[in-house]
Amino acid sequence: MLTGLEAIFFYLFAFVGVAAAFMVISARNPVHSVLYLIVVFFNAAALFLLTGAEFLAMILLIVYVGAVAVLFLFVVMMLDVDFAELKQGALQYAPIGALVGIILAVELIVVLGGYAFSPEIAAQTAKPAPDVAVRHNTAALGDIIYTDYFFFFQVAGLILLVAMVGAIVLTLRHKPNVKRQSIAAQVARTPATAIEIRKVETGEGI
Amino acid sequence: MDAFISTYVLPGLLILAQSLALIVILLIGVAYILYADRKIWAAVQLRRGPNVVGPWGLLQAFADLLKFVFKEPVIPSGANKGIFLLAPLVAATLAIAAWAVIPVNEGWAIADINVGILYVFAIASLEVYGVIMGGWASNSKYPFLGALRSAAQMVSYEVSIGFVIVTVLLAVGSLNLTDIVLSQRDGLGTMLGLPNSFLDWHWLALFPMFIIFFISALAETNRPPFDLVEAESELVAGHMIEYSSTPFLLFFLGEYVAIVLMCSLTTILFLGGWLPPFDFAPFTWVPGVIWFVLKVVAVFFMFALVKAFVPRYRYDQLMRLGWKVFLPISLFMVVATAAFLKFTGLA
Repeated sequence: MLTGLEAIFFYLFAFVGVAAAFMVISARNPVHSVLYLIVVFFNAAALFLLTGAEFLAMILLIVYVGAVAVLFLFVVMMLDVDFAELKQGALQYAPIGALVGIILAVELIVVLGGYAFSPEIAAQTAKPAPDVAVRHNTAALGDIIYTDYFFFFQVAGLILLVAMVGAIVLTLRHKPNVKRQSIAAQVARTPATAIEIRKVETGEGI
Repeated sequence: MDAFISTYVLPGLLILAQSLALIVILLIGVAYILYADRKIWAAVQLRRGPNVVGPWGLLQAFADLLKFVFKEPVIPSGANKGIFLLAPLVAATLAIAAWAVIPVNEGWAIADINVGILYVFAIASLEVYGVIMGGWASNSKYPFLGALRSAAQMVSYEVSIGFVIVTVLLAVGSLNLTDIVLSQRDGLGTMLGLPNSFLDWHWLALFPMFIIFFISALAETNRPPFDLVEAESELVAGHMIEYSSTPFLLFFLGEYVAIVLMCSLTTILFLGGWLPPFDFAPFTWVPGVIWFVLKVVAVFFMFALVKAFVPRYRYDQLMRLGWKVFLPISLFMVVATAAFLKFTGLA
């Protein structure tokens, strides 16, 4: 149970996080939505910190806020879409959105309320947590990821690699008439290959 | 109530006092770093630089500060007002926030946290938001182009900075900044017969990474020759065009605080932090904080010289350097360092 300052900070971060998440979907300007999303990420990271998962908190900031959200913002700013017009037909997608939302909510309930369905599952999922004073969070994560979950870790990396290669293949186009700089060719030039000396007759030109 | 005061109020006040002291010292330091930057630049170009306000122009930065504060802030009519004013605040606040974990001597950090280096890296990667938000909210062409450039540039160079940090972490085995400095007490120099000296620091053992980190730090802080974000010949002043008065001052301040942060990060990761260069008198008499400041100033001197000497990169050359040169080298060095540590049993 949370007490004292920890409780105050938990409720602060949780409240701001939920409020910002609400603003993400209700803000009229998509750029504001992405900025609110960043606020949500920040509060999630702070909640991780409160539970003592400092490594996850920092990785959340580096990966999601420092890289993914920057690209989101980048794309949203570049879009030239009339959002008022886009929102006209938004209501017809409401059933699909509701379906996805219900599925997510049910899954969350299953995960969080798992102890009620099968009491033995708690013993299965709970890893013996090392004392934070002895072995801190980052080292403990490394112990597990690079031993018990090594295969899953590698497969996750491979999936990301395949996704990256796929994105590059989809967007790479070789345009024929584009001038490209070849640094090796420039460096390899010598006076013999670069300079040509000609005798120019007076009044003739080349 | 007494327990409440002794557990929460007093430590809180202590942290507040430490933070205020750090900010005041940092800002005065930045004022003179700025002065040094202009003087070095001037000296390279055979000019005299600021020399009117105060003796040898020493008070120039404070005169500039007063000038900015007393000017009228102009907000363009088409600007997105909230974000326009939020952007410089974000830039300055984030740049200063990263300093909370920087140890300037053994135990001299406001927060000596386990994941210090990740915290600095996270905050440094967030600094792009000030630029993007300012560029977009100005509702003007050149700031927007500057913002787009900076988004791509800073994300690209974070990749190589991340890998450089990983190699250092492999060699150290800890994410704590104090541990990173203390691990540089013994290393290559001890094996070569000069124990606890400057040869022990990581710059020698991880040599190519030191150079890559230095150049990536230039790109990450938008310093010349990578200042394409505000390239005055193409974009006038990039994301800062529409800013005036105090908002501009905050951007400017954030930029220089971030530069000093990168200098001190170079010092901590590669130049042994507060450790003296030789382990005998008179070098050991000098307090660690003096060594730290000297090293930061030395790294900044190199930053300033690069600004004065090197012409600006073209944007495609910048991207090529980041993705096709630094990324493969640093990726290879991560694997090579890990393999070396594994097979020699040093880790």
